[in-house]
Amino acid sequence: MTNTSGKGIGKVIFSSSLGTLIEWYDFYIFGMLAKTISAEFFPEGNDTAALLSTLAIFAAGFIVRPFGALVFGRLGDLIGRKSTFLLTLVLMGTSTFLIGLVPGYKSIGMAAPLLVLLLRLIQGLALGGEYGGAATYVAEHAPAGRRGYYTSWIQTTATLGLFVALGVIMVVKSNMSDADFTAEWGGWRWPFWISILLVGVSVYIRLKMKESPLFSKLKAENKTSVNPLKESFGHRENFKMVLLALFGAVMGQGVIWYTGQFYAQSFLENTVKIEFMQNREILLWSIALATPFFVVFGWLSDKVGRKWIMLTGMLLGVLLYRPIFGTMLKDADAKAWVQQDNMVISADATTIIKTDTLANDKFIVLANHYAIRWATAGNTFFVENRVDTVFRGRDVFTTSIKRDTKPIYADKVLSPALKWKFIFLIWLMIVFVTMVYGPIAAFLVELFPTKIRYTSMSLPYHIGNGVFGGLVPFIATLLSTTFVHDPLVGLWYPIGVAALCFVIGALYLNNRVDKNVND
Amino acid sequence: MINMNQLKKIMGIICMLIAPLVVYFLISGAVQNIGEGTKDINKPVPWIIIIAIFTPIAVGFFIFGWYAFKGEYRQLPESSDEI
Repeated sequence: MTNTSGKGIGKVIFSSSLGTLIEWYDFYIFGMLAKTISAEFFPEGNDTAALLSTLAIFAAGFIVRPFGALVFGRLGDLIGRKSTFLLTLVLMGTSTFLIGLVPGYKSIGMAAPLLVLLLRLIQGLALGGEYGGAATYVAEHAPAGRRGYYTSWIQTTATLGLFVALGVIMVVKSNMSDADFTAEWGGWRWPFWISILLVGVSVYIRLKMKESPLFSKLKAENKTSVNPLKESFGHRENFKMVLLALFGAVMGQGVIWYTGQFYAQSFLENTVKIEFMQNREILLWSIALATPFFVVFGWLSDKVGRKWIMLTGMLLGVLLYRPIFGTMLKDADAKAWVQQDNMVISADATTIIKTDTLANDKFIVLANHYAIRWATAGNTFFVENRVDTVFRGRDVFTTSIKRDTKPIYADKVLSPALKWKFIFLIWLMIVFVTMVYGPIAAFLVELFPTKIRYTSMSLPYHIGNGVFGGLVPFIATLLSTTFVHDPLVGLWYPIGVAALCFVIGALYLNNRVDKNVND
Repeated sequence: MINMNQLKKIMGIICMLIAPLVVYFLISGAVQNIGEGTKDINKPVPWIIIIAIFTPIAVGFFIFGWYAFKGEYRQLPESSDEI
């Protein structure tokens, strides 16, 4: 039943992957524009808006995604893969487009954050249902011995969606001023509006697709599951495999995926403090150069098995995350640049950009804010943000200046050589992602029977990625608040989870490639 | 000399120990950090969501450990008929 022709399988892969890519794009643009969205819909100082903002961030990923996996997984096993992942695409596209149409808090008050929260939750729900459907659909068309290769195209979409989202936002942003971009009806809405065009094309293509041959056969023989949730999680034998998939594979894959693609970007922006556009440029190059490896490792998993490719990706993350992140932190140390390059040219060193005035009985205290642009002979640039304190005595004659001893070095622009080194390091981490993520769709599909496949694989996938992966920034903040002297302490969470998953996977998984997924 | 099946049993015990520890650390982390600042880790809502979603996952991890300890992963199914 899985002998779809070469041309036919190409169409299947293209139409499935395009829709999934668009779903990821829709999900990412909200996160990438979070700062602007927050200012527009969740104003500071309003407790209810702050609560809704927190819910939009945490509930969408942690609760609604796994819930979407259950709702749409069940539907996909009851009525079919094609109709279900068509529905998730329409839901995602419509909610994304509508987010771009919601007036700001200034115009409609609390209705604005409430609407955005509701639409964000629908996005999370739709995302929870999409992936399992697309992976199952492609795998059920693929011939034995090519399943890893064909499903790896679906695996590229999560990264390509990020690439497209980054690219669209960069293009829109670079064509207008910051004020035009962040205005109530400004450029930040465009990426949301563009989504409806992409979804329209993808829905048109998906409507022309046929149902999965394996599901059609089951349906014709009246052998589909009556209660997929009960059969997936209520039957001990299948539940055992759901637990093994989660703790022996997807949990580690989730943290490796999140750390390589998202934590790395936020680390460069917030800890290393690389300038906004260069940070995006580094990520875009890394993604573009690493994406083909999803297909390479998917293909390789058909030859040598899925298990050890995925576990090697995890092990490399465990061993190399701290050295990689440590290197980036050290190489972008502005103080070291100054010392090494010796020649430092400064501009506007004496211009005070802001002064806060305080006073007490004895002194008038002035806090002078400086933003000094530096350019080193090594072709690197940065801004030194310094706050010097001036104590002026009430008698007017005494003045003392306390120089800021801990200035913040930000907006760093790396030299071309250093930029390419950073691209290589991020690329390396995304290659780890491709190792764990490339073969995992085929691995999950082969673990479960056709009649409950959509449900059984969707839940562990979204718990692994949404919960374990999504917790990376939260736990990183928690650790860095507790252990303040180690800037890399946040990495212990993904390292610990990936190490545990590696041990479990190594002990309990087998490396056998299931030739027959017709059962 | 420890064989593979014994290793699987030992790992099962370790999983059963880790599961309640994770929940304990999450709850104590919430108690220590809520209200202490302005970051996400200082707000109650993320903690409530995370503990609510992580507790059943920890229970699942404990059950996984139990299955492993009982030797249920000694041989994985060869076909879906065995599931």
